[in-house]
Amino acid sequence: MNIFMMLAPMSVFLGLIGIGAFWWTLSHGQYDDPAGDAARILLDDTDGPLP
Amino acid sequence: MALTYDLSPAPDLSAFLKQRPGGQPSLDLLVTGARCAACLGKIERETAAVKGVTGARLNLTTGKLSVTFDDLPSADPGAVIATLDRLGYPASPFDPDQAAEARDREGRQLILCLAVAAFGAMNTMMFSVPLWAGLFGQELGPATRVVMQWWCALVATPCVLYAGRPFFASAWRSLKARRANMDVPISIGVLLTLGISFSETILRGRDAYFDAAISLLFLLLIGRWLDHQLKARARSAAADLLALQAPAAVVVSVDGTEHRRPIGEVRVGDMLIVRPGERVPVDSLVESGSAELDTSLLTGETTVRQARPGQVCRAGVLNLTGVLRLQALARSEDSAVAAIARMVEAGAQSKSKYVQLADRAAQVYVPVVHTAAALTFAAGWALGLGPREALLRAVAVLIITCPCALGLAVPAVQVAASARLFRRGVLVKSGAALERLAEINHVVFDKTGVLTEGRPQLLDAPAPVVALAAPLARASIHPLAKALAEEAGAGPMADEVVEHPGLGVEGVIAGRRARLGRAEFVGAPAPESLETELWFGFEGETKIRFRFSDRLRSDAAETVAALKAMGLTVEVLSGDTQMAVAAAADAAGIGQRRGGLTPIGKADAIDVLQSGGHKVLMVGDGLNDTAALARAHAAMAPGSALDASQNAADLVFSGERLGAVVEAITAARQARRLALQNFGFAAAYNAVAAPAAMLGLVNPFLAALAMSGSSLVVTLNALRLRSAK
Repeated sequence: MNIFMMLAPMSVFLGLIGIGAFWWTLSHGQYDDPAGDAARILLDDTDGPLP
Repeated sequence: MALTYDLSPAPDLSAFLKQRPGGQPSLDLLVTGARCAACLGKIERETAAVKGVTGARLNLTTGKLSVTFDDLPSADPGAVIATLDRLGYPASPFDPDQAAEARDREGRQLILCLAVAAFGAMNTMMFSVPLWAGLFGQELGPATRVVMQWWCALVATPCVLYAGRPFFASAWRSLKARRANMDVPISIGVLLTLGISFSETILRGRDAYFDAAISLLFLLLIGRWLDHQLKARARSAAADLLALQAPAAVVVSVDGTEHRRPIGEVRVGDMLIVRPGERVPVDSLVESGSAELDTSLLTGETTVRQARPGQVCRAGVLNLTGVLRLQALARSEDSAVAAIARMVEAGAQSKSKYVQLADRAAQVYVPVVHTAAALTFAAGWALGLGPREALLRAVAVLIITCPCALGLAVPAVQVAASARLFRRGVLVKSGAALERLAEINHVVFDKTGVLTEGRPQLLDAPAPVVALAAPLARASIHPLAKALAEEAGAGPMADEVVEHPGLGVEGVIAGRRARLGRAEFVGAPAPESLETELWFGFEGETKIRFRFSDRLRSDAAETVAALKAMGLTVEVLSGDTQMAVAAAADAAGIGQRRGGLTPIGKADAIDVLQSGGHKVLMVGDGLNDTAALARAHAAMAPGSALDASQNAADLVFSGERLGAVVEAITAARQARRLALQNFGFAAAYNAVAAPAAMLGLVNPFLAALAMSGSSLVVTLNALRLRSAK
């Protein structure tokens, strides 16, 4: 039971980290252009960081 | 009805440039045809290489290219568009403020709620599984059970309160309006479940339904989000179209300089200049100049009209040939076009009163379920169960009948149906549109641009004769001459070409003087000159006549026959002359036809049909159709239609085939059948589950199983639509 009392909050905490990460991707526009991001990885970087 | 003339205007695009305070000027373009990494790389590289451009970034998902410039004077939007055209990606500027960025705040809220609900459902499940095991005689002491229940409460409660907000808010709004929508039983059910689960946990009872409350929200949010995605995609397409409309008019000030102004700022008495390829911005009087005008947009006539000084031009008329100086007679909101826009608005309002299938189901469902729950409580108490047990059973009824399947039944079907139509080139703007489309029993077609292709085409002329006139035709910008030149293909051009506006074109072909144009201009002995013909002749020789016509779409007759086979009646309403309408209607096999209708007349005709009990589908493409499109029970427009028409329509189909109308109706009817099947399934499920809950046979494990099971069945049933022919 003791190990449960430690593991349960830990798993909930890990879940919260997942939600936080999802919220971060959402608020940083990671889903604005999924097709473009998939395509951009195939391009050679010739002009430095994009605006 | 709209004739598309192949003109290449070079309008001043500086009105689309935007400069944020302290920032660089920028331009937003809608690029079509970009699909892959190679396109993306090419577009960004070539655009950035244009003089004055500092950066370009293309959003491949939405097709929007945002370009930033060095400074205002050196910015040349035209050069950017020309570059894109050369690369093979047609682009048009649009105003991103109109294509409201904020539109997807709601979508973002929904997806966050969905994420929280998913987190809550999974983590609550972790504590629920041991509890369920305890229900089946596995070892689980009362102390452990209470700990598990408190963990469930700790995780589920905040998640339910957060993820349930869309439902709570909607239920509250609907209660304030004294109506009950599906969100009312959902909200009551969820909150009551939370309350009863807390009391059970405190009283050391067995039946805590925390997992049911949160997984219910999770499943419902999936349905809600699917529905939102469907609407958002269509809305953004519509908003982009709206934003594409030219916002500017060229106003000449007293000293003769020209300024570009938003149409809304044009005042009565202003002098305007309208060049070929531009539309007349407001109702106005011709001051000087002469030109041929395409009024098809407003009146539905296919023939070209002549504009002379002293004549009145209506807003929205397209200038085809000469430069016109006009005096504004009305402001933009008083112009003829604005009257049509107001009718469209009125039509949209009446459409928004349409009650969707799911809401109609809710109106029956809500009172029944709540009465059943109340009866369970009252009867249980009266029969000596004790208030706590009676309340538990009443809540079990609410949980087990909570409209999970109903919430998913309609959105899942509509998303599957519109995805299928999207693959065939039909854009569905909303789920309600599909429901209305399934109900129609009468189809009204516009003629030009819908039944026909909407382009003038040369009628059977021998190739050597066409080749003879082609050098002059290539030099002209007149639409009929262009059609002739297109028929002839590439070749030499005539010398010393002089264009006589409203008459024709004169030039020298291989040393001989020739004329192409109206009969009297060429010198032909024609008793009367028709607008759909051109004459050609060398000086002093026999004159040749070329006749043009608007060709029927290749599958028009086939489509009409298919519609009739579906049990629908078909009619043509057009603004064109009776004769032209009759010819097209006969060729397409349509018996009922009416011609010479004004835009308002068309809308009235639709109203008369609908008050006579018909549910009308209007298929139209021109500005003169927009009011009718907005009034009709359901409306479709081809992708070549005017923006305003596409906005007024519920569905937009692309491509040359009219058969899309049949496909859309078939898919809509199938979708309705599947949605009704889903309702039937949900009703059958409730007929079994609700009595079981009343008798106290339901425990938290069965509730969870029944809920996800019924949602799964409904979703799988909806997916059958994807594989259906």
